[in-house]
Amino acid sequence: MSRLDNIKVDDALPKRAYTPDNIELFFYNAVLWNAHRIHYDYPYATEVEGYPGLVIAGPQLGDWLTQAALEWLGDDGMFCSFEYSNRKASYIGETLRSGGSVSSVNKETGEVELALFIKNEADEIVTPGTATLRFNTD
Amino acid sequence: MTGLITPELLSHIGDTGPAREEVVTRRDIRKYSIATNQRLRKFLDGDEAPPMFHVSLFWDVVELDQLSPDGVSIDTLLPKFPLEKAMAGGLKIDYFKSIFPGDVLIATRTLTDIYEKQGSKGPIIFYEVIMEVKNKVGDAVLNEKTTRLLR
Repeated sequence: MSRLDNIKVDDALPKRAYTPDNIELFFYNAVLWNAHRIHYDYPYATEVEGYPGLVIAGPQLGDWLTQAALEWLGDDGMFCSFEYSNRKASYIGETLRSGGSVSSVNKETGEVELALFIKNEADEIVTPGTATLRFNTD
Repeated sequence: MTGLITPELLSHIGDTGPAREEVVTRRDIRKYSIATNQRLRKFLDGDEAPPMFHVSLFWDVVELDQLSPDGVSIDTLLPKFPLEKAMAGGLKIDYFKSIFPGDVLIATRTLTDIYEKQGSKGPIIFYEVIMEVKNKVGDAVLNEKTTRLLR
């Protein structure tokens, strides 16, 4: 019996908490060569742009969604496609949680679709996403 | 609609930037993996790139005079929009091959759509850019569609 045989719609993925700090946000924007001031210039972010704090980079949240899917997948298949959108800004000091669930399973092709999310402390989904995985069917 | 999208702006749909070639290094994969708080050892050791590593690989390396006052790099693929406050949008990515140290990847970007919506705080311009990433022998590695918002 393969792992795919035991996967059902609505199965939950493990949740993970992230509390990014200035160092992590700096590292992320440094590896991108992203100088957008809302990520490191507190007076600019709050006084000019009107944000309540330093803004966590949108693709950084997207990356965390891929981690939720990949850690659940393990070595049992391939990561085929992925989509996310940043709906609401998140800020340094917040604790965010990633998670998701299985939204469809195709036992013949091995394809499993996931609904993914990043939620803030108010339990609002700030970054929803979807991923398609293809499990090994041998 | 407030008519921010002019025929001149729309004429830029289909514009394609020059192909960009980058070499994937273990060091860059490690830096990306640490910065994104990865937990899988193959990523932290740089043996394989995480799925969104290419975002860092192909982010424009611009010089200081190519930054706007908010620190955002001026994307030469894009026309000058009447709204300029950049907001994150989202990505859609289809994967065909994994990325490893030593890979030579070539990316080509095309502006594929511009449209406007009315938000709660005023008009928002959306634009979409498709980036095709291939390896040195022409095999597709991934396709990415970026949607970004301007307020």
